Amino acid sequence: MTTTPVEKTSPLGRSGLSHNAIFWTGFCVVIAILIMAPYVLPPFWRRFLTEILIWGLLAMSSDILIGYTGMVSFGHSAFFGLGMYGAAAALLIVSPPNLWLAVLFGLAGASAAALFVAYFSTRLRDIYFAITTLIFSQIFYVLIFTWTKVTGGENGLIFTRPHFTIPFIFDTKFSAYTLHWFVLAVVAGSYLFLRRVMRSPFGMVLQSIRENEARTRAIGYPVQRYKIVSVMLSGFFAGLAGVLYAVQNQFAAPDFVFFITSGDTVIFNVIGGIGTLVGPIVGAGFFQLARELLSRVFGEQFPYLIPLGVVFIVIIIFLPQGLLGFARRWLNR
Amino acid sequence: MDIPWDLIVIQTVNGIVTGMILALVASGLTLIFGIMDVVNFAHGELFMLGAYAGVVVISTTGNFWAALILASMIVALIGAGMQIVTLRPLIGRDPLNTILVTFGFSLILQNYALWQFGPVARRIPEPITGYFDLFYLQYPWYRILIAGLSAAIIGGFWLFLKYSKFGVWIRATTQDRVMAQAMGIPVPWVLTGVFALGAAMAAASGVLFAPLVGVNHTMGLDWVLKAFIVVVVGGMGNLVGSVAAAIFVSLLEAYASIWVSPAQAVIVSFIVLILTLLFRPTGLFVPTPK
Repeated sequence: MTTTPVEKTSPLGRSGLSHNAIFWTGFCVVIAILIMAPYVLPPFWRRFLTEILIWGLLAMSSDILIGYTGMVSFGHSAFFGLGMYGAAAALLIVSPPNLWLAVLFGLAGASAAALFVAYFSTRLRDIYFAITTLIFSQIFYVLIFTWTKVTGGENGLIFTRPHFTIPFIFDTKFSAYTLHWFVLAVVAGSYLFLRRVMRSPFGMVLQSIRENEARTRAIGYPVQRYKIVSVMLSGFFAGLAGVLYAVQNQFAAPDFVFFITSGDTVIFNVIGGIGTLVGPIVGAGFFQLARELLSRVFGEQFPYLIPLGVVFIVIIIFLPQGLLGFARRWLNR
Repeated sequence: MDIPWDLIVIQTVNGIVTGMILALVASGLTLIFGIMDVVNFAHGELFMLGAYAGVVVISTTGNFWAALILASMIVALIGAGMQIVTLRPLIGRDPLNTILVTFGFSLILQNYALWQFGPVARRIPEPITGYFDLFYLQYPWYRILIAGLSAAIIGGFWLFLKYSKFGVWIRATTQDRVMAQAMGIPVPWVLTGVFALGAAMAAASGVLFAPLVGVNHTMGLDWVLKAFIVVVVGGMGNLVGSVAAAIFVSLLEAYASIWVSPAQAVIVSFIVLILTLLFRPTGLFVPTPK
């Protein structure tokens, strides 16, 4: 596959600077702002920003399926939750708790779940895929909820936060600052990696499955295998988000394996703009910020999901590309 | 291991009763899918809303049957409004959009119910309170009545589809939307009507079911999941298949809960769904298409 991309003048690239220069400048500016943010923000908002990044990573992982392969997953809570419980297992069993072991366990758990789900669900398309992923995530939820001996059942698991270590070189406690930077580094790294993957020939095949599955198969690509890999890739990064969440909050609870988490993930994607990778992070930020502001203005009891649900529906009908939809083509170039 | 015959008989009755309610919910869902290509994620919330509407009507009038009819009508109107405002603009777009929009609606309705009625479960008293003896149990007649009523509603609905003018329109729209439009059938309004009917059926089952467990704002998700399973196992858009699948799945769950906890018995129906999707993706109770 050697095709030269057609040069198009996008409105953002008219200034004469190359596309790459603008992209990397923008990227560095955003990262710099996020690095400096903890110095400016009060503790509550610092923690809030870190959580937005984690939810953003979860939503970004789901974007691989929704935006690039064209399969809506309603079961991302399973991968997120398995990442969380995997990390919890490592932190509880091994003493002293080790950060990298937690990452390893979490990713192993999420990947195993993803392989299992992918094997069955990728045989189906469209709504059947969506329903199957939903059902699978509920299976994991029921298992985790009822297997009280191992998972703590309804109460979940509580553990201590591991130290930040680089083996043999470095060992320190996480402060609010270093935790934020650690999360930021993981999310930014995941973004760059996924962006690279989605622009690679592999990513192109995924996008061609989205555009026309029958034709992709006719060209000779093993569509099913590509789909399985894309679900696994997605599950892997969702698991990474779960590990980060566990490290940040020092607990794992069955609530996060429940359908609500999957639903939120889909909402972040739709609001922010599918097929952009950064869009879901923006969507997560928008959603969490709107929720926080609504509950501050109208009180804790205010049903914030009613206005946000309306926004969600309006966006699907009138702005199906989401908030960042206008930049979709440019971001993927 | 002894086979607990008494338990099996009791669970058979229980399974059929739940199965009939489930069939009523699922037939609305399958109708909406078969005719409109809409996967209605908010169906469980319509069920819940029906139950709450029933609670409100009963607290003002005190009459269960008035509640059943009024709640169905209220929810039918809500459904029609939902369809006109949000689903109509999406006709012709990818069906996945309809899942997302109805999912948005389920969030709104669920949180509205929580906000309006609070987190405490409400109860609807049983309209008839007689019992009969089933082994060591006093089995309420009301449960048998529910099963009968559900069957009657589904049967009436089937006759309606088969013989009434609107029923013929619905079937014509299912077969060929463009041709139906050309013959002068008001297709957009048929679609609205179908959605309203499906919503009314969900609401009716909500009111019927409410006396058994009480009404709360989270009951929707449970039911929509079960109804999805039933609709897929029975074959999307297939009314008879849905009824058969509803009873089949409910019976399996009822038997499973003899040995494991009810929360885990749900997994049985998940497994049925997965096996169906793998081996008979068009549904268990329909002939495989050639």
